[in-house]
Amino acid sequence: MAEKLSRKKILSPEKIFMGMTGLFSLSVLLISVVVVYELFSASGPTFHKFGLKFLITKEWDPVQKVYGALPFIWGTFYTSLLALLIALPVSLGIAIFLSELAPAWLRSSVGFLIELLAAIPSLIFGLWGLFVLSPILQQYVEPPLSNLSWLPFFTGYPLGLGFLNAGLLLAVMIIPTISSISRDVMYTVPSNQREGGLALGMTRWEVVSKVVIPNSRSGILGAVVLGLGRALGETMAVTMVIGNTPQFSLSLLDPGYTISSVIANQFTEAFDKLQISALVELGLILFVISVIINAFAKLLMLRMNRFSRGARI
Amino acid sequence: MKKILMIAISALLLAASVCTASAMTLNAAGATFPYPLYSKWFYSYAKQTGTKINYAAIGSGAGIQQIEARTVDFGCSDAPLSGADQKKNNLFMFPTVGGAVAMTYNLPGVRTGLKLLPSTIADIYLGKVKKWNDPEITRLNPGINFPNMPVIVVHRSDGSGTTNIFTWFLSDVSPLWRQRVGAGTSVNWPVGLGGKGNQGVAGTIQKTRGAFGYVELAYVLQSGMTYAAVKNSSGNWVYPSLANAREAASHAKIPANFYIKFTNAPGKNSYPIAGFTFMLVPKNLAPAKAAAVKSYVRWAYTNGDRDALSLDYVPLPAKLKTRILNELNRQVR
Repeated sequence: MAEKLSRKKILSPEKIFMGMTGLFSLSVLLISVVVVYELFSASGPTFHKFGLKFLITKEWDPVQKVYGALPFIWGTFYTSLLALLIALPVSLGIAIFLSELAPAWLRSSVGFLIELLAAIPSLIFGLWGLFVLSPILQQYVEPPLSNLSWLPFFTGYPLGLGFLNAGLLLAVMIIPTISSISRDVMYTVPSNQREGGLALGMTRWEVVSKVVIPNSRSGILGAVVLGLGRALGETMAVTMVIGNTPQFSLSLLDPGYTISSVIANQFTEAFDKLQISALVELGLILFVISVIINAFAKLLMLRMNRFSRGARI
Repeated sequence: MKKILMIAISALLLAASVCTASAMTLNAAGATFPYPLYSKWFYSYAKQTGTKINYAAIGSGAGIQQIEARTVDFGCSDAPLSGADQKKNNLFMFPTVGGAVAMTYNLPGVRTGLKLLPSTIADIYLGKVKKWNDPEITRLNPGINFPNMPVIVVHRSDGSGTTNIFTWFLSDVSPLWRQRVGAGTSVNWPVGLGGKGNQGVAGTIQKTRGAFGYVELAYVLQSGMTYAAVKNSSGNWVYPSLANAREAASHAKIPANFYIKFTNAPGKNSYPIAGFTFMLVPKNLAPAKAAAVKSYVRWAYTNGDRDALSLDYVPLPAKLKTRILNELNRQVR
């Protein structure tokens, strides 16, 4: 009897459960470590040949075996930044409308549609960008923009494909992420705070800008980081509309290239060992960029929380 | 009880996997360009002989890596492997089927039949000819009213055998291209937009006014795009077609290692932008598998031409097939 009891204790379901879940969590850590190790070791040849110059070299020439990451890093940042600039105001507007202004019946149906947008595969967005958006941009939107060519953002010939198309497409793709999370965060703002504001004679606008948004700031930031993460790593849709030209250009009308696009484009048919290694190193760079952005957002959130708690007391 | 069940099931699964491995199955990987034809060939071959061939269309580069690591029984590549690399990896390489590349464009009001000199195509891709009404283009096409519109150059953004054939052609006809850019499955393009895959390039051209690019012949024929006639090395204007590409293939010079290239080939009606796709077999393949590969190749060469033509691929000349089969028998044992 005693023996049975003690055995039961060692293999108690509680312990097994704990051990299993712990193992699963550990596996995430293990996978990340293996991924980083693999990326490091496979990018060895380019690292030895080009060193840190890889980061600032503009050429990508598989025939001459010269590889540089700059146009791809630039393209990745530029398209994501554009997408964020377009998507953030729109998403905040959607979130505020849904949580503060819309009647209940509209809330659920619009919310449902936005979540549906998030479920569309990126390939479909890419096809839409190539076949629908690009002719519209080339014929109706970019010609008037190119009249502003005294600005560095609008030089070049209207192609329909390029940074503008990619930025718009990415914005459409990250709007559901940012808006639905922001809306959920705004829902959690206690209604007595809103009522307090109204009782003090605030207008709707003042309640939104002085009560709801300050209270949900860190959640909105989290939503932005998630959206940015999707924009940085998006591959298929961007590949179809960015024009795949490795160049460093400020103009929205020019074609560009992103890190994930060049990997998707060239990995399968890469013959040269150095080219494969360069593509892997680009993958490592993308990984590092996402780690930095996530860490930065975490820090910002921590500071914000401390600040707002202090302000409340 | 459960444990016993688990063991029984895994034993069964193990036995099943061993069984399937011992039946005749060949595993292959590589090029995507011939995949539509290969899958048809493999299907018919399995139905007639019972030998199954699994093919992973993962790209030529990956196919070469897999065959070098011997994880597959044969590999396929659109661009040929150099004689030195064949020797180093103890591989026998030979062509299976070919394809042609068409120059296609989107110019409102201009139909199929634009005439282009090879040097003009090179100049457009070098960024020297920038507008459609450049004298280099208008001089040869007196009946056409060209708009004052930039030529929007489109190329493949992914590495591809089509690009390899096209850049071979440009290197043949333009010393400047050979010196500045060179040939390969992906190159450093001086100008232009990149589209992913044939469908990406075709889609970009169809949707962009003033666009100009190169696409596999099958895409152009099947999607009704407009395409150009190119002057061949005999001085005739030729359209991309299976007949003209076959004539070019019949003039190909055949080296002992079958590194065959027939861009800008001689011959009255030879179309100048065409090439073969290749298969790589280890010379030291296990005897049973080697026999299976040989009988498959023999079957495909004998029975595969009709399928190839119906899918717009270029079959090999008969003389070349005989020579390859002899060498295959001699070199792969």
